[in-house]
Amino acid sequence: MSLLNIESLSLSIHDTAILHGISLRIAEGEITALTGESGSGKSMTAFATMGLLPKGTGTGGAIHFDGTDLLSLPEPQMCDLRGREIGMVFQEPMTALNPVQTIGAQVMETILVHKSMTPKMAEERAREVLDRVGLPPDRFPLSRYPHELSGGQRQRVVIAMAIALRPRLLIADEPTTALDVTTQAQILDLLRGLARGQGMALMMITHDLAVVSDMADTLNVMRHGEIVESGPTRDVLHEMRHSYTRQLFEASRHQADLGPAKADTPLLSVQSVSRDFPLPRKTLFGARQTFRAVDHVSFEIRRGERVGLVGESGCGKSTLTRAILGLEATQSGRITLDGDPVWQGGHPNLTVRRKMQVVFQDPYGSFNPRHRVARLVSEPFHLLDDAPTGRALDGAIADALTAVGLSPRDADKHIHAFSGGQRQRIAIARALIIKPDLIVFDEAVSALDVRVRAQILDLMADLSRAYGLTYLFISHDLSVVRSITDRVIVMQAGKIVEDRPTRALFDAPDHPYTRTLMAAAPRLPEDLEKTPYAPDPAL
Amino acid sequence: MMRYFFKRLFSLGLSLIVASVVIFVVVEVAPGDPATFMLGINAQPDTVAALRTELGLDQSKLARYLSWAGGMLTGDFGMSYTYRTPVAQMIADRLWVSLPLAIYALTLSTLIAFPAGIFAAARRGGSGDLAVTGATQLGVAIPNFWFAMMLVLIFAINLSWFSAGGFPGWDVGFWAGLKALTLPAIALALPQAAILTRVMRSSLLDILNEDFIRTARAKGLSARQALWRHGVRNALIPVLTIIGLQFAFLLAGAIIIEQVFFLPGLGRLIFQAITQRDLIVVESVVMLLVFAVIMVNFLVDLAYAAIDPRLRART
Repeated sequence: MSLLNIESLSLSIHDTAILHGISLRIAEGEITALTGESGSGKSMTAFATMGLLPKGTGTGGAIHFDGTDLLSLPEPQMCDLRGREIGMVFQEPMTALNPVQTIGAQVMETILVHKSMTPKMAEERAREVLDRVGLPPDRFPLSRYPHELSGGQRQRVVIAMAIALRPRLLIADEPTTALDVTTQAQILDLLRGLARGQGMALMMITHDLAVVSDMADTLNVMRHGEIVESGPTRDVLHEMRHSYTRQLFEASRHQADLGPAKADTPLLSVQSVSRDFPLPRKTLFGARQTFRAVDHVSFEIRRGERVGLVGESGCGKSTLTRAILGLEATQSGRITLDGDPVWQGGHPNLTVRRKMQVVFQDPYGSFNPRHRVARLVSEPFHLLDDAPTGRALDGAIADALTAVGLSPRDADKHIHAFSGGQRQRIAIARALIIKPDLIVFDEAVSALDVRVRAQILDLMADLSRAYGLTYLFISHDLSVVRSITDRVIVMQAGKIVEDRPTRALFDAPDHPYTRTLMAAAPRLPEDLEKTPYAPDPAL
Repeated sequence: MMRYFFKRLFSLGLSLIVASVVIFVVVEVAPGDPATFMLGINAQPDTVAALRTELGLDQSKLARYLSWAGGMLTGDFGMSYTYRTPVAQMIADRLWVSLPLAIYALTLSTLIAFPAGIFAAARRGGSGDLAVTGATQLGVAIPNFWFAMMLVLIFAINLSWFSAGGFPGWDVGFWAGLKALTLPAIALALPQAAILTRVMRSSLLDILNEDFIRTARAKGLSARQALWRHGVRNALIPVLTIIGLQFAFLLAGAIIIEQVFFLPGLGRLIFQAITQRDLIVVESVVMLLVFAVIMVNFLVDLAYAAIDPRLRART
């Protein structure tokens, strides 16, 4: 007898069909994963189960929870069920908590709103569940506010709120996507323990196959509002009857063909660089304390090398990147590109700036929506004294767009006409157009779906081979770094702890921190037969 | 929290000093000699000179600033050039009308705006929301003196519930005084309430889109509970900012309403003082208003910190 039984659920928002007949069962104590790319309808399935669909949504089919059809349940009864019988954990822990209430009050609220206990007992229970999710009372009293906690700690509070009344079904929507790998591993352990230990049914939604491959009992692969394949996780990953499952799997562990590593003359040199940030004053007239985000970091990148920079959030990699790009001054040390300092006399050095370009993470936020692609792509030309004009400019734009696999005709379109993957191609075209020596990729593929990500990685590899480009690739994702770099630099707490060729580092990590990172990173099973990955031309 | 408090207090003191210097300089730079103005243009030069000495106008600018600022601190605002009465007394008399009026109007506008804004936000896009938003459009568009005239027409002339103007003084009794201020307070409050309602509504709508409202719903709170327990307090910060600005405006900007209702308020005092070149009164009233604005901002800052723990932690 399954606890949750979704029968041919269909759903449309303002007459746009989102789900087409989803069927799914979850038994008590079972972990069921929903996986698929963005827009496949994973989250909508979860929100339909919670009865928290946006306005203007029409539904068909049925969602039976312990025999009750949730779709036809009146709102007051649904409120009674939410939080008590069905709990939910969300993707974004930084914003999922009310900033003006203490964590204790917010956990207690779940209990009090259902009038399950007296306030006194609710407080004890809140303390108990916070302990259970790994927030001990000495460091995390109930009086703490969300802004005093890290992302992982906040996610634990969200989980505590969701499980305070021991619901029978817990829905987790991308619960670890926004977290670092070591934190992710802890949160996944916690969720697994709740399902196994308390017989809680867990519906786990994730785009990351590796996360669920060693955790879920059953796996449902979704695409375009349909479940294309489902069954016990091992069987699904073993057989991969549906071509889409195979594509996802292959794309997840895709290795770009980088070609042989080149290392000519030194290009970028970072010598003993430190970067301090002032902390708020403790006393009115006392000296200001500082926080050292980057601590005497030195390394070198040679022309043609593709170097990865990894580390968890707060390790200083973004600060270091800003310093390399000449966006901020450093407190000590020297950064040079091709012998010229990136920062000179209190200003960014423009002759160096034009030899470096950067591609950022967010393909949606990094373009001015009012400009056409031609203008967006040709923006870096303002760094040059002799920028091409007229026909030469059009030619340069066409070349750059062709190089990244787009058509020269795309130059006249606006950015909203493009998908996330295409936008990232445009961002790369923008970086390429002035033929820089060094391109910095700052989490450039982190926001992309796996199949698109594989294609963009291939594109980066092709461009590097064709033009002999030098890359600095910053990422928190070890599998991506592994596939696109010759050498990896690992940063922890502002310092470089390891700097070695990619293969050697992944085969035998030296530093304990690198080992921790690797152990924490979710992995796809290795023993499955390998099939060559064929890119889908439709993307 | 104490650090936050003292930091705010320090900036309050600094603002007051800077403001007093600016006011003094601006008024000094303005053309027109008070002594000449008081005696008329045909006055004998030596009479003018004698008066200038009596008023202290022949002293150096720095000495005059210091004696003015020092006097302010001890409650001695000087003598009015025109009326030859202590400025402190003149201002105090007017303040007894203007301050209650401003507080009265602000209370009314808040009492209207909070429920109306929350009501509209909770029914976003519904007919209730449309009605409230439409009413606020009108409220913003119509000037307050038009409201004032309509109120007089309906409640004073036709219904005779209130008198059409004038202020009997607080001596005749608290309720009589309050009654005399009721129509002006309503006229002042309506446009302010319209603005405040819109701010409350849009601020609350922003908050209702936040992730933590969804979290609250997932805990089992109804939409209404989520709005009241998690929405309203978070929505208050921009609303408080507007309330602070409105109070300052109501204190000094009520001149037209004071005119319509024949109220002896600060607005009329400053208007008369400007036309009569009574510089010392102008300086004092403006300084008082600056003080009021800075005080209100200080209180608003403290209220921010009471609402939002992140502000207490920072700065």
